[in-house]
Amino acid sequence: MSQRNGSESASEPLAAAVGVTKRFGDLTVVDTVDLAVAAGEVVGLIGANGAGKTTLIRMLLGLLAPSGGRVRLFGEPPSRRTRARLGYVPQSLGLYEDLTVAENLAFSAAAYGSVGATLEGELAEARDVLIRDLPLGLRRRAAFAIALAHHPDLLVLDEPTSGVDPLQRARLWETIRSSAERGAGVLVTTHHLAEATQCDRLVVLAAGRVAAAGTLAEVVGDTTAVEVRTPSWEAAFTALDLARLPVSLVGRTLRVPGADPATVGRLLADAGVDADVASVPASFEETFVVLAA
Amino acid sequence: MTGTWWGCRGLGVRFGDTVALDEVSLEVAPGTVAAVVGGDGAGKTTLVRALAGTVRPAAGTVRRPDRRRVGYVSAGPGVWTDLTVDENLSFAGRAYGLSADDLEVRVGALLDRTGLVEARDRLAGRLSGGMRQKLALAMAVAHEPELLLLDEPTTGVDPVSRAELWRLLASAAADGAAVVVATTYLDEAERAGTVLVLDRGRALLAGTPEEVLAATPGLVVEGAARPDAIPSWRRGARWRAWSPDGSTPPGTSPVTLDLEDAAIVAQLRQDLGRAA
Repeated sequence: MSQRNGSESASEPLAAAVGVTKRFGDLTVVDTVDLAVAAGEVVGLIGANGAGKTTLIRMLLGLLAPSGGRVRLFGEPPSRRTRARLGYVPQSLGLYEDLTVAENLAFSAAAYGSVGATLEGELAEARDVLIRDLPLGLRRRAAFAIALAHHPDLLVLDEPTSGVDPLQRARLWETIRSSAERGAGVLVTTHHLAEATQCDRLVVLAAGRVAAAGTLAEVVGDTTAVEVRTPSWEAAFTALDLARLPVSLVGRTLRVPGADPATVGRLLADAGVDADVASVPASFEETFVVLAA
Repeated sequence: MTGTWWGCRGLGVRFGDTVALDEVSLEVAPGTVAAVVGGDGAGKTTLVRALAGTVRPAAGTVRRPDRRRVGYVSAGPGVWTDLTVDENLSFAGRAYGLSADDLEVRVGALLDRTGLVEARDRLAGRLSGGMRQKLALAMAVAHEPELLLLDEPTTGVDPVSRAELWRLLASAAADGAAVVVATTYLDEAERAGTVLVLDRGRALLAGTPEEVLAATPGLVVEGAARPDAIPSWRRGARWRAWSPDGSTPPGTSPVTLDLEDAAIVAQLRQDLGRAA
């Protein structure tokens, strides 16, 4: 960890947005949002495109001033000093494609004034390879290694495992988790909802507001989906789709998040489809679709 | 599989000295969805292109309907950005030989189904990523193809648009199409009737999701600490591990396997085999 300064107490979050609002002209993009990341936890920021995630992160990073509310990094307003305690991996990775892994690391170390960062395993073997010649999985690992080289207290990761296979994804999460276990706070944004469920807490944004926040169980709460089992899923699907219900196909079973079982049963009966209809707990993905609607 | 199917058997594709696909088989029945899953460089795009007929196989056979009965959405924009939504759909419909009357009805239905009615006069280049993918999918199904091929339609797309895209491709299957969708997301594969996980051009896992899970040997366990001596990986704040002999190491308990676990175990086994 880098040096702590006196302005933060043990209980204060590493990063906090308190009632933060951002307006562009008449458009309110972020609307009185609260978000906190404490030491040692991984928080997932989830939302559809246009929900305000990027704007919120830009305010947390100190790249954009809020129109209202308060942003604190390590107990103080974002500044050059707080920047030095941040590690940020954008979706585009932010690496120099025409430099090698080692050169990218050296460049970043010089910028952050950090020393002694080393490359391990496959990355050490690839130290003299140009970033653009690396497979995506290794490129992502290089970006992680470089963002972590100065031992940031807060790590901000945008779509950290996009495009990689499951084993590489698990290895990247091993890195994320060990950072948290060493005391860093981690803020992750992802469109991959199975990945979002790996976070300790979730903040779901919809239309600039916090639609739900808490652990996975708290966010899903008592949201339900209607499950439809029928020998003729095609007819059932068409009937529910025409009724504009958010129906999805899972194997040969249909699911309709947030719907009323009686309505679904009636629509299927009207269409002459024989089906078993039951209300079941919703998945996180289904909950998200309901929240974002 | 008996009866009609589209797909490939023993497919091999080479680019120069590089083996892009090796002995890959995928049979997709009409009215079903097959998910082709893998990371960057696994061979997904090559497989979809071979099924579409834009890449020549070096080995094996590809079975597909007549070109005019195939719908194909490549990775990337897949729409004409300088044309409006309406013009894109009409252009696609005419290219597939729909009559003017059929075209009008079909375009109306597609706009309605994709929720693009209000955007019909907008240039495709000005649509959001999710809307653009929905338009590309609508264009590919304008002629009600028998085989629908989609190369990573949901990459970079937000979860709301992703759910809508899956609703659209399920509706193509409900209308009788055989659907092949390439994706990097294993949770999407759980919705499909058939799953093919590719790794470096080879089939790592194949079958229905239930078959793939049932074929995973040993036991997957979970615990608060990293188990000793067996291969392990992170899942959230906890550790998962693969116990090849089916025993439960101290401090762990068995979990209900999902496709993500199954793919990780298959990759670990392959790496262990390669190292041995």
